[in-house]
Amino acid sequence: MKLTTWIAIAMLLASGLPAEIARADDLATLRSELNGLKFEYQSRIAALEARIAQLESQSAIASAASPPPPLPPPASPPASAGGTGTAFNPAMSVILAGSYAHLSEDPASYRIAGFVPSGADTGPGPRSFNLGESELTLAANVDPYFYANLTASVAADNTISAEEAYFRTTALTNGFTVKGGRFFAGVGYLNDVHAHAWDFVDQPLAYQAFLGGQLAEDGVQLKWLAPTDTFIELGVETGNGDRFPGTHRTGNGPNGGAVFAHVGDDVGDSVSWRAGASWLDRRAENRGYLDENAVGQTVVNAFSGTSRTWIVDATLKWAPHGNPTLHLLKLQAEYLRRTEDGTLVYDTAETNSGGDFRTVQSGWYVQGVYGFMPRWRTGLRYDYLDSGSTRIGLVADGQLPTAAFPILAAASPRRVTWMLDWSPSEFSRLRAQYAWDDARATVRDRQLILQYLYSIGAHGAHKY
Amino acid sequence: MLHRIARILSLAVCLGVIAPAEAALKVLATTPDWAALATELGGDHVNVYSATNAFQDVHRVEAKPSLVARARSADLVVATGAELEVGWLPVLVQESGNAHIQPASPGYFEAAAQLRLLDVPSSVDRSMGDVHPQGNPHVQLDPHNIASIAQALTARLSVLDPAGAAYYQARGADFQARWQQAIGRWEARAAPLKGLSVVVIHKDQVYLCHWLGLREVAAIEPKPGVPPSAGYLAELVTKLSAAPPRVILRNAYNDTKAVEWLAGKINVPVVALPFSVGGTPEAKDLFGLFDDTINRLLGTTR
Repeated sequence: MKLTTWIAIAMLLASGLPAEIARADDLATLRSELNGLKFEYQSRIAALEARIAQLESQSAIASAASPPPPLPPPASPPASAGGTGTAFNPAMSVILAGSYAHLSEDPASYRIAGFVPSGADTGPGPRSFNLGESELTLAANVDPYFYANLTASVAADNTISAEEAYFRTTALTNGFTVKGGRFFAGVGYLNDVHAHAWDFVDQPLAYQAFLGGQLAEDGVQLKWLAPTDTFIELGVETGNGDRFPGTHRTGNGPNGGAVFAHVGDDVGDSVSWRAGASWLDRRAENRGYLDENAVGQTVVNAFSGTSRTWIVDATLKWAPHGNPTLHLLKLQAEYLRRTEDGTLVYDTAETNSGGDFRTVQSGWYVQGVYGFMPRWRTGLRYDYLDSGSTRIGLVADGQLPTAAFPILAAASPRRVTWMLDWSPSEFSRLRAQYAWDDARATVRDRQLILQYLYSIGAHGAHKY
Repeated sequence: MLHRIARILSLAVCLGVIAPAEAALKVLATTPDWAALATELGGDHVNVYSATNAFQDVHRVEAKPSLVARARSADLVVATGAELEVGWLPVLVQESGNAHIQPASPGYFEAAAQLRLLDVPSSVDRSMGDVHPQGNPHVQLDPHNIASIAQALTARLSVLDPAGAAYYQARGADFQARWQQAIGRWEARAAPLKGLSVVVIHKDQVYLCHWLGLREVAAIEPKPGVPPSAGYLAELVTKLSAAPPRVILRNAYNDTKAVEWLAGKINVPVVALPFSVGGTPEAKDLFGLFDDTINRLLGTTR
């Protein structure tokens, strides 16, 4: 009896299912082709049916009491003023930003003690009135398969740079998206947030020390979203890696890459969160930086080797019923830890002596932003960096004194930042920020920065 | 023996019946109203998730991770359109890795695209506040709009799930019949409301006023999306004291402060309307939304 049951099941499986699958494949192709056609005429029929329904209901109303003025039939699709060529113009938006800075210390002397300088985007910027970065974004679907976005940044010194210039797929399914060109690396939480959407005027110290402020990648990125109700996103990217902490390489092939994973969900109506972990791998070849030698002369030292950074991030947002109009709270924290391993050459111009080099450094920040009444927000941020352990071969084997590397002297830079901003509308924001910045380790920099942000053109949508 | 085989076959049939239910169309609706409509029309052939609740301002919604996850698996996005969700829905669609819900795909449906909108501005400029170039997007409070949208949504469900077309058509016809009957009932009951003078907060009761013939005499927002200043409110008090409206309308998601202040000054009652399904305990579905809206409005005339 049992046997017959199994045979019956096996027969069902053997005969029925594969045929079903084969048919399903054919059917799927046919169906998708048909659907395209059907979609077109069904929507026309739907429009007609809607008109009929409307007319019917109107005539029904006409016989009933007090008819309202009749609604006209559905509109023909708007825009596309035929022939002018404007219909296919990309969405255009411009962000203007500027600030006034009052700094107790000369910004030219700014450095993050204990950390190799990461480039120009460190410190509070110049004193007095400053024109910030003016951003121009053009974006549109290219065709049914791709979307493209250009964000050009006009700096105060009249230089134009391609901040982001990327394409992205729109035709992939199953949660896959491919992005290519120049884009902000998907690591951490803040890295791919545009400056105008930051909650403070500047980036956390850890981002300035480890990622040169904000890391852009010239390369490709693949992201995959899991088919779950909980948000689970995995990403991998690679590129030429020529931005700090990497350097330009002369060879073919990519320079390292990054992997990242994000998870997120809601807790009830009022709370949402996202957490993530990222790993960034880069190679540096003769990555130079300026330091002073024992007698106070400027020398160029250079690092070659691997640079690997871990980032852990967490963000939580609260608003009553998810409505941030009256009150909102945003808590956010990230921890970064970098290991660099290779060789360090001292004074590349003259002494040019090298030795092994290894350093493990870390840093974190935690910040909260609270919307206490419509249009007003205030925020507090605490930054902490630990220069960690550094082994300099040239010092260990007695060739040079520790004092030959003043920038690498152990330090724990920190900073406290308070901000208050007022947003008259979605498109304008005025902000005041005050920071007690102990990044130099020797002297505290008191920074008052007033900032404006204006957005014109297409209504941008913001990421979480 | 035969009995066994019959049992197995009936089991297989059962599985066959269960299988389509498992493959229910996943619908991501941007508001509880479209979620309710999709549920009315799709029945157990659809699995509906609402991105927002009635206490949220749909202009201002976070592109939360949970919503990106829902967009990834959605077969159909039902949005209001007319740029109401422009601040967050594009992010969900872009991040979804889901070709089926990209705009201009069958899996992307905009309610406003099925209608002729009111308040279409002849020119737009942001100095006018949060104006929508395509017209006022708060279309759900006119039941005739719901009827048109339901027609189009039924057609769309049938396109996306041809196997269930007959099912959707039947449900659609049933809904339309019940809905037209309800409209007749609502319009008969609401007849005394014609000409009722009202003050609104945002310009989001336009369709309700148009439908019931309410007379909107002022808006508490001087311009759409712009909160009133003290000076503007003072002007409003002067203006409204001279010719007091019968009632001030407030939506479930609105802040009560400015409304209550104004109501106290000019001594006019405030009516809290559900605005969306779920906005009041009585507004459990689309029928409840209109029943309760009319009940609450009639309450003020007694």
